[in-house]
Amino acid sequence: MAEGVVMATGARSIEAPDVGEALKQAIIASGIALILFIAIVGIKTENAQGGLALIYRFGAAFSLAATVGVVRFLFDLFVWRGLGREIMQRWLPAGTLGTVMTALVIAAYLLGAYYFIVPGSRLALAETLSDIFGDNEWRSRSRIFVELTGQLVIAVFIVLSAMGIIMALRRLFSAAIPASREAVPPAARAEKTTLAEFGQQFAPALLVIAVILPVLVAGPQQRYALDTAIQILTYIMLGWGLNIVVGLAGLLDLGYVAFYAVGAYSYALLSTSFGWSFWICLPLAGILAAFWGIMLGFPVLRLRGDYLAIVTLAFGEMIRILLLNWQSLTNGPNGISQIPKPSFFGLSFDRFGGSGTKFHEFFGLQYDAVYRIIFLYYIILALALMVNFASQRLRRLPIGRAWEALREDEIACRSLGINTVTTKLTAFAIGAMFGGFAGSFFAMRQGFISPESFTFHESALILAIVVLGGLGSQIGVVVAAVALIGSSEFFRDLEDYRMLIFGASMVVIMVWRPRGLVSGRAPTVVLKEHKVISGGLVKEGAG
Amino acid sequence: MSEAGPPILQVDHVTMRFGGLVAVDDLSFAAKPREITAIIGPNGAGKTTVFNCITGFYKPTEGMIQLRHPAHPEPFLLERMEDHEIAARAGVARTFQNIRLFSGMTVLENLLVAQHGPLNEASFFSFAGLLGLKRYRKAEAEAVDFASYWLEKLGLIDRADDAAGDLAYGDQRRLEIARSMCTRPVILCLDEPAAGLNPRESAGLNDTLRWIRDEHGLAILLIEHDMGVVMGISDHIVVLDYGRKIADGAPEFIRNDPTVIAAYLGVAEDEVELVEAEVGR
Repeated sequence: MAEGVVMATGARSIEAPDVGEALKQAIIASGIALILFIAIVGIKTENAQGGLALIYRFGAAFSLAATVGVVRFLFDLFVWRGLGREIMQRWLPAGTLGTVMTALVIAAYLLGAYYFIVPGSRLALAETLSDIFGDNEWRSRSRIFVELTGQLVIAVFIVLSAMGIIMALRRLFSAAIPASREAVPPAARAEKTTLAEFGQQFAPALLVIAVILPVLVAGPQQRYALDTAIQILTYIMLGWGLNIVVGLAGLLDLGYVAFYAVGAYSYALLSTSFGWSFWICLPLAGILAAFWGIMLGFPVLRLRGDYLAIVTLAFGEMIRILLLNWQSLTNGPNGISQIPKPSFFGLSFDRFGGSGTKFHEFFGLQYDAVYRIIFLYYIILALALMVNFASQRLRRLPIGRAWEALREDEIACRSLGINTVTTKLTAFAIGAMFGGFAGSFFAMRQGFISPESFTFHESALILAIVVLGGLGSQIGVVVAAVALIGSSEFFRDLEDYRMLIFGASMVVIMVWRPRGLVSGRAPTVVLKEHKVISGGLVKEGAG
Repeated sequence: MSEAGPPILQVDHVTMRFGGLVAVDDLSFAAKPREITAIIGPNGAGKTTVFNCITGFYKPTEGMIQLRHPAHPEPFLLERMEDHEIAARAGVARTFQNIRLFSGMTVLENLLVAQHGPLNEASFFSFAGLLGLKRYRKAEAEAVDFASYWLEKLGLIDRADDAAGDLAYGDQRRLEIARSMCTRPVILCLDEPAAGLNPRESAGLNDTLRWIRDEHGLAILLIEHDMGVVMGISDHIVVLDYGRKIADGAPEFIRNDPTVIAAYLGVAEDEVELVEAEVGR
């Protein structure tokens, strides 16, 4: 049977679409969709007099299920089987993946440009969609959804364009092709380079976008966008810090937020009691957090796996409860307020009051509250990049290789003369230090901190970012942080559906990529050829 | 092959108890430099326990283990040292019965991890390395050269950039030997290096071990069940049974020793008393 199919695709020009089979699949799909939609869409509770009232919207549920069926039918007929597959096979011989990429970029570009440029186009689409449902609530909801999708398309379009531009520039400026590439046959090279090179441009493209972001988002939404970006960057930094402990050394740490708290309270207390500036407090906060990292490290040295996870979890809670109850130092649940805001080389961002020159006066600008936000954005960007640089470097140093070896096999490490005690403690200390940096930035940005900001939920979120991104992967953390923090901001308008989307996407990603978005491991040293190690071989560490 | 002079490793009256179980009972033997000493015995005889005592993974209940490092005037007392110190300072390297490679790291990375001590020092405990100083880069280049030497010798140089877990079983065994040699040891302890190898591979292993002994002047301590390997390359054999030493000597002597034969093959009913009288049990 299988052989016959292969023969047929090879010999005949167009495989006849199997209408019956497609119809069957479509009916099954719409049946499943109906079961789901009846419960989710078809019945709605609403506040009415004397309690809750049920409202039935079976029409909407049926039309959604029917849409699923029709789409499935069309896909079966034209995309997966007959014509579409034929087109893909005919027009996509090996080596033209680059062309498809280009086509996708152009499509995203056109779609993005259309929504971006033509005023009201997104609204018009939303109107059309809501007319189909003919329901006022759906009207507003679909409008929000289309608006968000439009924004997403624009974001993707910007990233892809930036990647394309960087790639083109690289090609332009690299006149000489390295000698080692000459040996590879051109046909094999073409396919390999297009995709790989495209992938390599992802990180630089993100960096370029990050640097010019304040300009990109200029407009009425600038403040909100930058606040979100600052939040995302804080989590990226925390993710990179935790990545050293969990991703490299393989020590599962469920109490990472403790170090974030130590950093935040260090800055808050030092600056409010002694009036020290942020740049003096930052290293101190890092050192204090590292100290607490070692304090945590000592008792858990011999613990592995679940036991380690439980003790670190308890440690995170202990720090929070300590902060809550040590009234005389931390002011307990009331928190610490009036933490000094940042200043630009001594120039305050305030509008009035205080002594000294103000930022806007010095530069002769109109006062705008957003300057402070932009400054904060660049501080966290610089801090995050520093953490990234340091952990990338550390990974290539003996200590980094020892961390990874520890994750792979602790006993073998000891047999090779590696002191696993100091290796584990340095992992805890350096991870904690980066957490402390992020914490003191958080305190400065908020101006107010209380133990409520450092609950287990934060630890879980940071760990989710690291695991989702792929243990040990730097760029994976970025993508995961943008996806997790960004999406919860992005879908804020969808209210309760937000958590549904969050949960569903987590499940989908864990089924689709169980080892995280970026599962391959890049070697730290290369003799002849750089080969990515598949995620299946890399161990996750026993704790 | 044997040389006059003091033994490099001396095990004196070592006993290892796990609760009521006596895994090693009053064991004494010595290994000489430039010699291959094999430890053989039936399953459960306590061979791997002896290895774990020598390499510091277990602390022996009683007894003393001395190692005379050529570059060190005083002998190291291994029973008092931490396992990682034994590897790093005393120069004892080991491999494992069930291979323990860093499977998610490349072959070359495995060998660089083995050179952690000197490299870490060269990187000023990461500070010089973090700043990318020349001193560290030079040390790393040297470490890569040293690793390449061993990969070349063991025929793994073409796989240097592959993940260790991707290697075939025989290659993994050889990589483990290369990795332990990268710690620059004075004595190499191999726990069943020929297990799972085909006859051609184990013949190759024999050549490699002889070459390591002759070219690098190492003492090799070997646990092995494959008698072809043991009889072929050992200079000296220690036989254990139920944690006790039952024979000690050159291969020809061991081959004909009745207690050894009894331990391996068992004895006929009527010979039991005779043999027991001889063994002293």
